[in-house]
Amino acid sequence: MSQQGYVATPPYSQSQPGIGLSPPHYGHYGDPSHTGSPPGMMKPAGPLGAAAPGGMLPQGHPPHGPHQFGQNGAHAQGPPLQRFPGPPPVNSAAPSYAPYSPSTQSSYPSPVSTSSVAQLGTQLSAMHVNSYGSGMAPPSQGPPGPPSAAAAFQGPSRSPQPSILQPGSQVLPPPPTALNGPSASPLPPSTHRQDGLPGPAPPNAQYQPPPLPGQTLGPGYPLQQANYGPQMAGAQLSYPGGFPGGPAQMAGPPQPQKKLDPDSIPSPIQVIENDRATRGGQVYTTNTRGQIPPLVTTDCTIQDQGNASPRYIRCTTYCFPCTSDMAKQAQIPLAAIIKPFATIPSNETPLYLVNHGETGPVRCNRCKAYMCPFMQFIEGGRRYQCGFCNCVNDVPPFYFQHLDHIGRRLDHYEKPELSLGSYEYVATLDYCRKNKPPSPPAFIFMIDVSYSNIKNGLVKLICEELKTVLEKLPKEDQEETSSLRVGFITYNKVLHFFNVKSTLARPQMMVVTDVSEVFVPLLDGFLVSYQESQSVIHNLLDQIPEMFADSNENETVFAPVIRAGMEALKAADCPGKLFIFHSSLPTAEAPGKLKNRDDKKLINTDKEKILFQPQTNVYDPLAKDCVAHGCCVTLFLFPSQYVDVASLGLVPQLTGGTLYKYNNFQVHLDSQQFLNDLRNDIEKKIGFDAIMRVRTSTGFRATDFFGGIYMNNTTDVEMAAIDCDKAVTVEFKHDDKLSEDSGALIQCAVLYTTVSGQRRLRIHNLGLNCSSQLADLYKSCETDALINFFAKSAFKAVLHQPLKVIREILVNQTAHVLACYRKNCASPSAASQLILPDSMKVLPVYMNCLLKNCVLLSRPEISTDERAYQRQLVMTMGVADSQLFFYPQLRPIHTLDVKSTTLPAAIRCSESRLSEEGIFLLANGVNMFLWLGVSSPPELIQGIFNVPSFAHVNTDITSLPELGNPYSQTLRMIMGIIQQKRPYSMKLTIVKQREQPEMVFRQFLVEDKGLYGGSSYVDFLCCVHKEICQLLN
Amino acid sequence: MVMLYGRKSQVDYRAKLWACNFCFQRNQFPPAYAGISEVNQPAELMPQFSTVEYVIQRGAQSPLIFLYVVDTCLEEDDLQALKESLQMSLSLLPPDALVGLITFGRMVQVHELSCEGISKSYVFRGTKDLTAKQIQDMLGLTKPAVPVHPARPAQPQEHPSISSRFLQPIHKIDMNLTDLLGELQRDPWPVPQGKRPLRSTGVALSIAVGLLEGTFPNTGARIMLFIGGPPTQGPGMVVGDELKVPIRSWHDIEKDNARFMKKATKHYEMLANRAAANGHCVDIYACALDQTGLLEMKCCTNLTGGHMVMGDSFNTSLFKQTFQRIFSKDFNGNFRMAFGATLEVKTSRELKVAGAIGPCVSLNVKGPCVSENELGVGGTSQWKICGLDPTSTLGIYFEVVNQHNAPIPQGGRGAIQFVTHYQHSSTQRRIRVTTIARNWADAQSQLKHIEAAFDQEAAAVLMARLGVFRAESEEGPDVLRWLDRQLIRLCQKFGQYTKEDPASFRLSDSFSLYPQFMFHLRRSPFLQVFNNSPDESSYYRHHFARQDLTQSLIMIQPILYSYSFHGPPEPVLLDSSSILADRILLMDTFFQIVIYLGETIAQWQKAGYQDMPEYENFKHLLQAPLDDAQEILHTRFPMPRYINTEHGGSQARFLLSKVNPSQTHNNLYAWGQETGAPILTDDVSLQVFMDHLKKLAVSSAC
Repeated sequence: MSQQGYVATPPYSQSQPGIGLSPPHYGHYGDPSHTGSPPGMMKPAGPLGAAAPGGMLPQGHPPHGPHQFGQNGAHAQGPPLQRFPGPPPVNSAAPSYAPYSPSTQSSYPSPVSTSSVAQLGTQLSAMHVNSYGSGMAPPSQGPPGPPSAAAAFQGPSRSPQPSILQPGSQVLPPPPTALNGPSASPLPPSTHRQDGLPGPAPPNAQYQPPPLPGQTLGPGYPLQQANYGPQMAGAQLSYPGGFPGGPAQMAGPPQPQKKLDPDSIPSPIQVIENDRATRGGQVYTTNTRGQIPPLVTTDCTIQDQGNASPRYIRCTTYCFPCTSDMAKQAQIPLAAIIKPFATIPSNETPLYLVNHGETGPVRCNRCKAYMCPFMQFIEGGRRYQCGFCNCVNDVPPFYFQHLDHIGRRLDHYEKPELSLGSYEYVATLDYCRKNKPPSPPAFIFMIDVSYSNIKNGLVKLICEELKTVLEKLPKEDQEETSSLRVGFITYNKVLHFFNVKSTLARPQMMVVTDVSEVFVPLLDGFLVSYQESQSVIHNLLDQIPEMFADSNENETVFAPVIRAGMEALKAADCPGKLFIFHSSLPTAEAPGKLKNRDDKKLINTDKEKILFQPQTNVYDPLAKDCVAHGCCVTLFLFPSQYVDVASLGLVPQLTGGTLYKYNNFQVHLDSQQFLNDLRNDIEKKIGFDAIMRVRTSTGFRATDFFGGIYMNNTTDVEMAAIDCDKAVTVEFKHDDKLSEDSGALIQCAVLYTTVSGQRRLRIHNLGLNCSSQLADLYKSCETDALINFFAKSAFKAVLHQPLKVIREILVNQTAHVLACYRKNCASPSAASQLILPDSMKVLPVYMNCLLKNCVLLSRPEISTDERAYQRQLVMTMGVADSQLFFYPQLRPIHTLDVKSTTLPAAIRCSESRLSEEGIFLLANGVNMFLWLGVSSPPELIQGIFNVPSFAHVNTDITSLPELGNPYSQTLRMIMGIIQQKRPYSMKLTIVKQREQPEMVFRQFLVEDKGLYGGSSYVDFLCCVHKEICQLLN
Repeated sequence: MVMLYGRKSQVDYRAKLWACNFCFQRNQFPPAYAGISEVNQPAELMPQFSTVEYVIQRGAQSPLIFLYVVDTCLEEDDLQALKESLQMSLSLLPPDALVGLITFGRMVQVHELSCEGISKSYVFRGTKDLTAKQIQDMLGLTKPAVPVHPARPAQPQEHPSISSRFLQPIHKIDMNLTDLLGELQRDPWPVPQGKRPLRSTGVALSIAVGLLEGTFPNTGARIMLFIGGPPTQGPGMVVGDELKVPIRSWHDIEKDNARFMKKATKHYEMLANRAAANGHCVDIYACALDQTGLLEMKCCTNLTGGHMVMGDSFNTSLFKQTFQRIFSKDFNGNFRMAFGATLEVKTSRELKVAGAIGPCVSLNVKGPCVSENELGVGGTSQWKICGLDPTSTLGIYFEVVNQHNAPIPQGGRGAIQFVTHYQHSSTQRRIRVTTIARNWADAQSQLKHIEAAFDQEAAAVLMARLGVFRAESEEGPDVLRWLDRQLIRLCQKFGQYTKEDPASFRLSDSFSLYPQFMFHLRRSPFLQVFNNSPDESSYYRHHFARQDLTQSLIMIQPILYSYSFHGPPEPVLLDSSSILADRILLMDTFFQIVIYLGETIAQWQKAGYQDMPEYENFKHLLQAPLDDAQEILHTRFPMPRYINTEHGGSQARFLLSKVNPSQTHNNLYAWGQETGAPILTDDVSLQVFMDHLKKLAVSSAC
């Protein structure tokens, strides 16, 4: 981004006038001053400066500032809320042109937004400016203008584009400014960009590309506009306005100029980098209620001092509004994303295990909350008051302890449940099914041995792999060998169970053909300890591929397979997990038989939701049964055509399992990806037969849950299993007032069975602040968590509502949230300015990414299965995963420093950031692309691929050759780091610039206009701005 | 009408013609008989060969088929013993015989025997009744659809038939099957306290029948069902799995309290009929201390000619030797068994067939020689006998047709021909023809002739079969009354007496034993259910309905031998008076061999005299009945229960219940002592029975 033309308008935070140095800060878009200028221009100067610093909510910020907001790289100080005054939309803009010159910057602060605009423009590569400008012009005259305008833009923009990179050089842009003048300031938009404010774009939401130098593609633009077109008309005007707000900031004349490079619209990259810079590598102690943790993208060490680590719980906001009215006003979702089994890095303390023996955990008599740091001991330690329901309980005699002078128990630091946010209890028999200690769980491997799987070698691959991966079954730390038991089933149209009892000389196969009422044909010898039965199991795994080598059975069943596994676990009276390796639509006559119902005609109709719903009503009760018996289902799908993921995936989803999908699986290419997933899935930390309960302090409660869960009632979250990658998103609603004093407390208790068969309770406690000031609320928000929530709630709604409605809701809510901020927290400014709270700077771009996700895009070009798959994928994601998924990491590789181990800095996901001479690596947690520019340096190509030139690179490969040279090693190491800790093994695709497959890659450049629709970042920002303006009016 | 030759035929040697004795049709001899003349007669025409056997060369020979159906809900040692017996049996089978294995417990497993490296079986739920079609579909016996993959080269047809997966020639899978049997485990499903194991006998048998039906219809095959307890679930269940609810008794049955009986019986009857229709026979080997549901399952053996064996445990010599004996061979090294037989009866026109009683089912072939009056299984002139062995015997009942307009010619002969098609154990198809003729005698004028020709043993056995057949289908007491009435009528007809003077009653020698047989028959377990479980009754009746005359007589009136120092062993009266202190008794009831030491003998034995050299003769005396018993044991099928007991021993009841209670606690003192052992019973003695019989026979009232 940096290079791109966007001139960084001096960012300025409202709160901290001084800060404004760096363009990166994005506060509000649009000039505060706008209001002042009739045309919608912004007069940043006066109002901004003043308002921002003082009046803004931010007051508190300053102190926090540094921590809470990772300021844009350079300017760490970034006050919470910064506004970028949009360039003055007003016609007056024209005059501003003059200002373009660097010197103008100084002017920014000055009342004349135009000037600022101009500056921006200059900074921006000519391209941008041009494009906007041109676009703007028409619109200014009449809103509808956009399309034509767009076209016009392109023209100019294109030419400049190439050069774009150097903002300075191509100052040409000025023209646009002129345009601005008339109508909604077209020019301004461009300026906005600089600030990171897309604002300007409004005219043609679709503009998207204009800024992108690389994209010569021009053609696309016009279309986009169409979408927004109508809305834009009105809104556009305002957008442009968004100027770097704080005059004060602006003031720093030198700064703006220097920082011209960063883009003018808020950059996620910048936000991430800022946070990393300020908080990365530090120790974050959870000793204060309502603390805002570092971003998920920031590495730091977390020390539990009474509140659960953000690795376990993240919230959309760490400060709840005191009243529901306030909550309604802001429309910020109140939600927590709970990942109760999150992996903790080795340098952080693992959870303590509390064992109270037969008496079990100490719990509040009324609300049953578990003993935690929120319990207040009184009367010399004889009683305690529950922090959740305020009930006063007697302290059980065995638990009594005297209090010290500050009313704290003397053993405060000795008992994890008194001093820590997260800990575990050993559960007593009361917490076990049927009051019996559970048996150690079991893994059952169920392999589809129909013709295609045999033919393509998949069965052999699985069997070979199982031999080694079974050595690594998860176990408790203190255990020598895993107590998990394993079982094996193969199936096509019928099921084959295997008896692998250790005493057998050879395995026994039992065929169950009665799939209509499947049953478990054996008990003893089906689930065995791998250690004991190793030789029989190996014998079996050797034989399976042979056994079915002559099979020409094409048809498969599916529901009976799950039922069989579930029945087997039920018969063995233990929880467990099924690993199903399946490849086709189950068409054989049996319960759960499916038809190919992939009907593209439904797309864009009210019936589209049907595509996401299961086809028969067999699977839902089946999932319920599975959950009731602690049977988790993980499904590995290898489809070569439509397999109805929506139906097949239902049970995995509801049972807390994982769905893996490998399209057109080819053993020689895709093995590694699959095997990594398999290994990872088998080895990962997991709890079985879990039930989660989220308790809250009085005044609010958990009302909705999203994730890989099953709910029989409104409070108990049942999960057949939950592993370290699964997160449950919980939405809260008020049912009374919250007090600022006591705050909002959350206790999440998960009762589960460990891999060794021990019943345990895992408790996470988190205290949040409460405030009656909207500003407090806004400054405590976490956009990554918000997006996680929005994504899950939208993807859940997909089942019931037309997509169009869902998209509208998302856009509206986004606008509403921002409008509320604008109205209540931001200093007065021109209506045309777009002002974003600092904590939500990247909300629009992320929201746009969500809207562009194929699940929400009603386009027939996208496979129905893929949409269902991604829908399911997101439903269980934690914040870190959803962040990456919606906004992929794009890193230049050609600038690689082979001597350094640090990752090359990420860049924004836009084609304009690519260069023909570059090689880029893009990853979103599911896919990974290595994009090769046509003029990639041959030595790099040689180093990475061991071929002499770009033309020789074979794009079929799915992994890079292991070469001894530093390029190869470093690149592979980087890919390793990116892959690390991600739940899914990413499939690597090599993409050459200007070759057909590049289209796929483009979809991941999420700031650009989507291939299948979906607006560019800039356009979306305009759109949102327009909405906001409407709301404000 | 195709007639087989028989010596009853009239032959014209010159014209090479013969006249059929049954229909009087004149027939040409076939070319093979071109050389016949008065001096060169074929065996068929020689009087001494009443039975002739023909071998049919046509048609494909099918191998013998043995399908083992094995209950795995057994005690460990029982199962072990059974496994060994089964493994042993494999070595006795001809190498080309086809064998199959089905095991069952809570589930039913059909084992595929052809697999290398892994043992594979198809498993069925034990509670679900499946139709033959479903079973065949699930086992993949139906022809698979044409291969779906055009890309794949057509599979070479290695397997002549799909069925081969489950039924394999023994020489191919000998090792495999032996291992498989060796690895056979007890049914692994836990049996909670107070419950019976879940045993899916009904479904297992249904699958066995369905499997053979689908693969080898109309080919001789033997389903061998081994059970260690009653079916407790699914179709054919006989009792629930709650131990506190006992299995039905005769008492329950009379009170109509046997809730599963009717349904179960129907299930097994359906299976038996299907098996019979396909020429497959079913054996049941039931070894358990409690009942196993033979009552419900009896039709499976009774209708198909299979064996029924009942024992206490598979770990007894009774079972082991009986089982081994199934595979005994004749001089030619062929099994003493035959399959898929049809018996056709032809009669000359004065006779009609009324029915047959034995291990057979009707083939429903009507004809001119079929009587309208049915006795036993009637209404047909052909029966199917799916399993035959040398002792298999059918009782066949005829009716003399007395047509007024066509009286039986004096001096003529009535002829009967039995034609039996069957599959020999050498896998040949054969036809055996037996032709007999008897002179006609006039019932009025020639009563003496009839009397002299009366075979009272055969008559007793045939009457007994009829009685038992009726008892099975009707109420017990009525049968006894019916038997009594028949006996009285016989006595009235053939006895010599003065009316109303019982003392004057005499029967000729040829009838002298008949009333005694009837007396013992009335007391036998074939008609009396008291003291026997329903299973035992079924078992006894099963054997009674298939054994030959000699054995049947033993069953009706057991044989009693007495051993003493007074002389060589001698047969003695089956009477309580034969039970003496200084005797050793050997009783053979067919089902039991009882050796009973008299009171004194028992004391001597306890004192150990037999071990003293000077009393070697005592040792010999003790040994003698043992040797004789062994001899019986060696030839008997099934192995009888071997009981060695003594005066006062609990097992002595076997003896005491059989002997005629001439001395009871009621008349003990009247008879004085030292003349035998009193029997504690209210049953009437033979003496009393005869007295009544005489009284009734001479009475003009009836």
